[in-house]
Amino acid sequence: MAVDMVLDYIWLIPVFPLLGAAIQLFVGRRLSKNAVSAVSVGLPGIALVWALGCVGEFLKLPADVHVFTKVLYSWLPAGAFRLSNGALGNFNVPVGFQLDPLSAVMLLVVTGIGFLIHVYSVGYMAHEGGYYRFFGYMNLFMFSMLVLVLANNYLMMFVGWEGVGLCSYLLIGFFFQRKSASDAGKKAFVVNRIGDAGFLLGVMLMAVTFGSVEFQQVTEQARSGRFPVGSTVIVAICILLFVGATGKSAQIPLYTWLPDAMEGPTPVSALIHAATMVTAGVYMVARSNALFILAPTAMALVAGIGAATAIWAASIGLVQNDIKRVLAYSTISQLGYMFLACGVGAFGAGVFHLMTHAFFKALLFLGAGSVIHAMSGEQDMRKMGALWGRIPTTAKTMLVATLAISGAPLFSGFFSKDEILWQAFSSPYGSILLWFVGFATAGLTAFYMFRLFFMTFAGESHVPHELEHHIHESPKVMTVPLICLAIGALAAGYVGWPKILGGSNHFEHFLEPVFENPSARAAFEHTWQSEFGLMLLSVAIAAIGLLIAYFWYVRRPEIPERAAAKAGPLYNLVLHKYYIDELYDALFVNRVKNLGNAFAAFDLGVVDGGVNGAGWLTRMSGELSRYWDTWVIDGLVNVTAFVVKVLSYPVRLIQTGLVQNYAWMITLGVVIFMVYYFVHF
Amino acid sequence: MIPTSYYILLGSGLFTIGVIGVLTRRNVLVILMSIELILNAVNINLVALSQYFHSVDGQVFAIFVITDAAAEAAVGLGLIIALFRNKETVNADEIDLLKW
Repeated sequence: MAVDMVLDYIWLIPVFPLLGAAIQLFVGRRLSKNAVSAVSVGLPGIALVWALGCVGEFLKLPADVHVFTKVLYSWLPAGAFRLSNGALGNFNVPVGFQLDPLSAVMLLVVTGIGFLIHVYSVGYMAHEGGYYRFFGYMNLFMFSMLVLVLANNYLMMFVGWEGVGLCSYLLIGFFFQRKSASDAGKKAFVVNRIGDAGFLLGVMLMAVTFGSVEFQQVTEQARSGRFPVGSTVIVAICILLFVGATGKSAQIPLYTWLPDAMEGPTPVSALIHAATMVTAGVYMVARSNALFILAPTAMALVAGIGAATAIWAASIGLVQNDIKRVLAYSTISQLGYMFLACGVGAFGAGVFHLMTHAFFKALLFLGAGSVIHAMSGEQDMRKMGALWGRIPTTAKTMLVATLAISGAPLFSGFFSKDEILWQAFSSPYGSILLWFVGFATAGLTAFYMFRLFFMTFAGESHVPHELEHHIHESPKVMTVPLICLAIGALAAGYVGWPKILGGSNHFEHFLEPVFENPSARAAFEHTWQSEFGLMLLSVAIAAIGLLIAYFWYVRRPEIPERAAAKAGPLYNLVLHKYYIDELYDALFVNRVKNLGNAFAAFDLGVVDGGVNGAGWLTRMSGELSRYWDTWVIDGLVNVTAFVVKVLSYPVRLIQTGLVQNYAWMITLGVVIFMVYYFVHF
Repeated sequence: MIPTSYYILLGSGLFTIGVIGVLTRRNVLVILMSIELILNAVNINLVALSQYFHSVDGQVFAIFVITDAAAEAAVGLGLIIALFRNKETVNADEIDLLKW
């Protein structure tokens, strides 16, 4: 087909950044900074253009074609095996790429925002050491993430899943000379790994149940009616997959790595821990929607944990003073919203929020990076203030992002968040409780985000004197991506303009083929008045949050301190993140370390002791041989010589040197012979 | 006639004196003289027994021995002179180079 020219080479999209990573990591040290920048920004740029081409061609496909698959080769042709129900299956895992509405959305988000962040990093990382290493890892991350979103089966997705986990570790611990940074990298990888164990178990269970791990096969079988709703196997698979999602997307109980991950450079936080990697869990759950629909228990778990995480993280974010920490907890909280949406059956809304969140969260992080850049590395908001006039572009774009995340009307966050809250309220899987938690969190979000904004840009300046004159706006290479993202944060919502306000919600319509769910959709018919009423309520709570933040941090800045003092122990509890890290340390981390120490002691004492002992034995036997040789063998030789010497003393005396003596001996001999002769004859 | 045993006795007596002289005297010239004495004692024996057996072989052999003794004396004196040149002494007790 002539129209599929670019689409046929869809597999090249991950290859471009992989090439960049290979170049940086093998020869990057010898390249000039400009060359490194050109390669590492250019290649993701080409990937973005290619992705746009692929999606463009995909949209031109006939209307009934919803999926495009391209298989390169068979990776694991394992062959015949027995399924759990006794049937004979043929297990084959290909290296295949799938483009459908869901992966198209993810693809554009990853390549688009990834590209902008790479451009920004050229400016941000300009004065840091290890420039080529940073971009090598960033490109490697892009490769892994693209493999993740374009894969057509769970195992290949897992390859990308692991790859992004690895790059997350490498990039969080980028400033590895700092112990806190390398510790944070380790923590992220280990906590992620725990989730990955669950994910892998889920995939294995899926393999023996369905006989395949390809998305299309699994979805077809799930929708065929072969499994009753609520079947135990499906519930088990879904829960295991969700465990993987909690690890990757930082939900309760595996979220503790994300705040620590702020040790990495700010572009890393923007790309990995806001826009792309952490959304992999949401993508995976959305991809498995056919399975989750069959398991209401699992859906309830997903929604419950999503809502709980949302409000838990928001509460911690209220009192943090490091600008990046607030954004980290905000990310955890917003991811909770996405899982809440998936848990109540509104997968489309979840993905919509994923997209809008990617824009404004990346913008918030990059803007924070710009602020930190202006403040010569200071991240504590209590030392900022009144920066609006000093760094105007940063300030204005941050305002756009803050309004978007708070759900201010007409900004992108408003549309996506409202959709989620409405679905939580009205869906057959939802409940008023779930809606209320989301609603309360929205208020908290507005409050702490504007607290961040006002503490940084408004009010009185608390900037220390030495940093005062270094405050400057960032270079264009950093501010232009900010502006692009701000446009996205404003406009991205319009593709999802809801029906009740006159639009036709293009976005959800676009995703419909992926989320076929006839039974659930029929029940979504509530009145438009309730939807509109809820919309007004959300706007109201956001406005209240904004106003309280304004009052507390601009008008009467002494109130927060007084409130903190009054709340005393409660304030401390929240400030220390409810001591969850300490709890995990005591329960798990230290137990594992103790086990490790026990093994180490065994190794040192028993194993090394054995080896040392064998060496000692060898040495001792050598000593014995030495004694034997010195005392016995040499002794015999010496004794022989001594005996000969002793015996020879008298004999020696015969040799007097006087010929007369010798002649006398001869005569004596003759006489003796003669006597003997005469006696015998 | 004089009994032959008297000649034999004389011969052995002289021989014994000669042997004792070789073994005990310090002066090498005297040792040489003692050796001559031994040889002459043997000569007396030879002649006496030649007369007893009525054979002239003994006397012939005695002439040989006298000649031999003369040559030997010449050689011996040459040895003593060479020895004296090197060691400055004719005292047999002082020539003990091969002592242990």
